[in-house]
Amino acid sequence: MAKSQVSMKVNGDQIDALVEPRTLLIHFLREQLSLTGPHIGCETSHCGACTVDLDGKSVKSCTMFAVQANGADIRTIEGMANADGTLHVIQEAFREMHGLQCGFCTPGMITRAWRLLQENPNPSESEIRFGIAGNLCRCTGYQNIVKAIQYAAAKLNGVPFQEAAE
Amino acid sequence: MPVIPPSFAYHRPSSVKDAVGLLAGFGEDGRVLAGGHSLIPMMKLRLAAPPNLVDLGGISDLKGIATDGGDIVIGAMTTQHELIDSDLLGKKIPLLRETSLQIADPQVRYLGTLGGNVANGDPGNDMPAVMMCLNATYQVMGKGGERRIQARQFYQGAYFTALEPGEILTAIRIRPPGDGHGWSYHKLKRKIGDYATAAAAVVLTMSGGGSVESGAIALTNVAETPLYAEAATRLIVGSKLDAATVKEAVKAAEAITSPASDRRGTPHYRTKMAGVMVARALAQAAQRARGG
Repeated sequence: MAKSQVSMKVNGDQIDALVEPRTLLIHFLREQLSLTGPHIGCETSHCGACTVDLDGKSVKSCTMFAVQANGADIRTIEGMANADGTLHVIQEAFREMHGLQCGFCTPGMITRAWRLLQENPNPSESEIRFGIAGNLCRCTGYQNIVKAIQYAAAKLNGVPFQEAAE
Repeated sequence: MPVIPPSFAYHRPSSVKDAVGLLAGFGEDGRVLAGGHSLIPMMKLRLAAPPNLVDLGGISDLKGIATDGGDIVIGAMTTQHELIDSDLLGKKIPLLRETSLQIADPQVRYLGTLGGNVANGDPGNDMPAVMMCLNATYQVMGKGGERRIQARQFYQGAYFTALEPGEILTAIRIRPPGDGHGWSYHKLKRKIGDYATAAAAVVLTMSGGGSVESGAIALTNVAETPLYAEAATRLIVGSKLDAATVKEAVKAAEAITSPASDRRGTPHYRTKMAGVMVARALAQAAQRARGG
């Protein structure tokens, strides 16, 4: 099958490439661009490990063809850290609050949290849980992920983080 | 389990006219790609293998929410996320926001479209019953021009609809139920993001005296198609939604179901849950219509 020409921005870099139309975005990112941060978990649109940010939306890159992303502006976990190499506040929050154990869901979880906090800079606990409903974690029980996002929200808002009483 | 879809040729027309032209040329060998969240999983499982995919994502005419006379017209490629975000819909047809929030998860709602949800004919989808409840009209474009199909006449079987090969659903036209109406979408599901074990959509308006002036009831995922519960609707209109009437309406709604047995439950259980969803949706819609 003839390949299609695609152009897109990925983590600020201009990418021009040839792809087979059937190539899923996750495979394009991981295998053609060597961006292995977004993970392949279930590959059936359930787990959210492959979540990337595309034109202001959190999307599951296993459920989209790379050709559909022609012209898009994409951010993956590789584009999350600050320009000086220090961790983004959300990454720091996941480390500080023990928001990860095995780490497999973390790139998708952080990428999703990043978009969530832009749409809702001060989410309640239930809004956080509803907002990350498309990302599965099999280790943490979500408690510390929610706490990490609360911590990140507080830091981004410049207010002290208040841990809820257990 | 295969995860790589079979090969296909990709087309991205920029107008409805071009899309219809492409589809006419492909016949059985072409399929429309909307948000992709039903079709791409099917292609990965190789349950669908269209040689040509016509992506509607580049057609700006298929996007957006507008008013036309007394109707609200929603472009078929409008996403669930955009439905949730719309202040106009939140005010005029809040049932759409309530339903959208119960579909899948945030990532799916960013890409999943209203047109795809209603046109695919999947009995598990939530919007078809909601469209029947709202008595929506689907605008459809084919080689021969535009035609309009009532949502209540659209669904013929699982994945079988009134869409002819080569036709594209372009917009959904809804007359809002009116100021002060009550609404509810009650959905029983095993977990967040799941398809319904059973679900019921209700809209109604109430008179000052507390009786139902107009309304409609529809059901999700308890038959091969979404169901407009016509007999149940007739029972509630004119009533004060007293316990005996609600019981009769529940019975009438249960009577038209024929659910499949799957991991969500046995047919008997799902029928009974459809009844429970009807009763709860009626109560909530009535409470909202009364300003509660």
